[in-house]
Parts: sequence; structure tokens; C-alpha cells
Amino acid sequence: MKKPFLIPKAAFLVLFFVVISGRLLLASGNEPSEEPKKFDANEVILHHVVDDHQWHFTDHVVLPLPIIVYSSEKGLDAFSSSRFFDEHHNPVDYNGYKLDHNHILLADSGKAVFDLSITKNVAMLLINATLLFLILTAVAKSAKNRTGKAPKGLQSFIEPIIVFVRDEIVKPNIGHHYEKFLPYLLTLFFFILFGNLLGLLPGSGNLTGNIAVTLVLAVLTFIITNFSGNKNYWSHIFWTPGVPLVLRPIILPVEIIGIFTKPFSLTIRLFVAITAGHIVLLSLICLTFIFQSYVVGVGVSIAVMFINLIELLVAGIQAYVFTLFTALYIGMATADDHH
Amino acid sequence: MFFSLILDVSMAVMGAGIGAGLVAIGAGIGVGRIGGSAMDAIARQPEASGKIQGAMLVIAALVEVAALFGLVICLLIANKLA
Repeated sequence: MKKPFLIPKAAFLVLFFVVISGRLLLASGNEPSEEPKKFDANEVILHHVVDDHQWHFTDHVVLPLPIIVYSSEKGLDAFSSSRFFDEHHNPVDYNGYKLDHNHILLADSGKAVFDLSITKNVAMLLINATLLFLILTAVAKSAKNRTGKAPKGLQSFIEPIIVFVRDEIVKPNIGHHYEKFLPYLLTLFFFILFGNLLGLLPGSGNLTGNIAVTLVLAVLTFIITNFSGNKNYWSHIFWTPGVPLVLRPIILPVEIIGIFTKPFSLTIRLFVAITAGHIVLLSLICLTFIFQSYVVGVGVSIAVMFINLIELLVAGIQAYVFTLFTALYIGMATADDHH
Repeated sequence: MFFSLILDVSMAVMGAGIGAGLVAIGAGIGVGRIGGSAMDAIARQPEASGKIQGAMLVIAALVEVAALFGLVICLLIANKLA
């Protein structure tokens, strides 16, 4: 089969990946400095992994995000986070608030305020939600318009994934009333998948690597599992059948703790997988700056390109595993008595 | 007294470093065993290799995450102190 322009296309793709992997290298290369500040790898890595009130695309291209705070002393206040910095990027107090290591405190008493700001992770969440909505409604509309015909375009890319989630994850684990839980599980899968993938793009925020986000997803699973638990589920927990009567009071606290460890493990698993992946990538890129050498930079870019591919795999697998375990827990909660 | 404080901090950071190394050993052994069993299974039945590969990747992700729990703790200790 004739493949025109194969070698130039392949070379372009390799170059593209290497450039994307070396993005930090290119971004901080032109920074003017009065005196050479020692490169602190810890601070750079942590700064890229945690949440922030401003969105730093590079060292100089910064998007100041809105800050919305509520306190009982001063009521509701909303302003741009650029007010916290003067023109030399030094932190200043503004309107009675001060910014201390990404916590907003009252300037005079140092008390914390109720922080409802649009931080980097909240902005990523909104972008993720918009993307989910646009893509999935487009797929649903095209599926409705093309019933009976072969799928085309975006639908032919997303529909096999939806069918995979339904046939491999939801149906085998939940059984005969899986339609009730299918919308939640599909949303969960695509939310985590898009969140993980968006976090790998250059300049983006670490959405699913924020333990608050994964905690909320796990709490939703906890609520759904326990509210749809039927008599069998609760009787298995409080009065485990098949166990000698003497041991049942010992098994009871273990089972009750088990109700809470399941969503806890879901939270920690997703958070750790994504955050540790980002930390590994950032540590490798920081190697270049520690050694201050171009040769190390080229080597690191190639290594980071391969690790980025592993991260793509981990993004997909963690979405699959979260949805699989959720389906499993829901299935266990709604299972009929098969003994 | 100041010297004993420095010694405590340095012992803690050393503990974090050794912990991170042990975590890597744990991850290596775990994923290596999964890979080994997957190789044996594929050698016995080459036509099932697609399913075996799929299961292997998923379980490797789970074991990897268990190792990463430990890594995150070591990073927290090292960042708090150094």
C-alpha cells in the first residue's frame, strides 16, 4: 500500500512529541534574572502539582483567576487575583485580605476565610464539564440521527468506548437492572478519563490528582451504593450468614469499617496514580535544570516522551479501574440472594 | 542539643530515602510476578494472549498504585524536612 509522505510525517510526529515533552525547557529559557537563584526542584514540582489561585502557563504568561471569598466579618467579596501582586510580582495585601501560600487570610487577624474562588483546578473542572457536555451530546445527537446506519466521525470514536463500558464493566457486574446505574457509571468513566487526559496537556491543571475531586467521586459512589443496598446487602453486613454465631460480633465492626474503606481506597488510588505520575514527569524535567546542560535536556526529553505514553495508559486504566470497582460495589449491594 | 536535632532530621530524611527505595523494590517484584505469570499463560495458550494482556495491564496498574502510596508518604516526609 502506497503511503505518501510517510517519513516526513513520522519525523514531524516524533519532533512534536519531543517538543511537547521539553515544554518546561522552552518556557523558562528566557527568564531575565537579577542574580542567579538556586533552582529548587521541590518547590517547582509541588507548585505544578497543587492547586493555585493564578494559572501560570509559563513564567511570564499568567492568567489571574477570580477570587471569591466569604467571611462573616466582611461578607462576600470578589476580585481578580492579580490584585494580590504589584507590578514587580511581590505579594501585597488587598482590601483586608492577604495571600499566604495559596491560603487567603484576613490581613489583620490572620483568620481563614471561606474560599470559593475559581482556582486552577476549579477552572479545569469547568473546562472538563463543558468538554464532556459538548462531546457526549454531539455523539448522542448523531446516534439518534443515524439510527440503523453506520456511525460516522466523532460518534464512531466515542460509541465503541460507551459500548465497552456497558458490556464489559456495567452489565457483568450489576446484572439485570443495570440501566438504572448506567448513566452515572458512563459519566464517571468519561469524567475521569477526560480529567486524566486533560491533566497531561502542557500548561493545564492537575484535576483528578486533587484529592478533593476524587473524594467527591468516591462519596458519590458511597451514597449510591448504600442507598440502593437491598435487604441482602445489609443483612450480610450486620449478621453475616455462614459464619459461626460466636464470631459474628467480631465480624460486625470489620464489616462496618469495610463500608468506609471501599470509597477511601477509590479516592486514594486515583489521586496517587495521577499525582505520582505527574511528579515523576516533573522530576525528570527538573533534572535538566539541576544539571544545567543541553545534552541532559535532549536525553530527558526523549525519556519523558516515553513516560508520557505510559501516563496515557495509566489515564485510561485508572478510569477503567474506578468505574469497574464502582460497578462491582453497586453490583454487590443490589445482588439477589444466590446462595 | 542542636546537633541532636540535626541528627533527628537527617535520620528522618534518610528513612524517607530508604523507604522510597524499598517501595521501588516492592513495585518491581509485584509487577514482575504479574508479567511472569502472564508470559507463562500466553506460552501455554497463545490464542488467549489478548485477554491475558488486558488483565495483566489492569492488575499491574493496581499493584503499581499500592507502591505509589508509599512513594507519596516518602515524598511528604522529605519535603517537610528538606
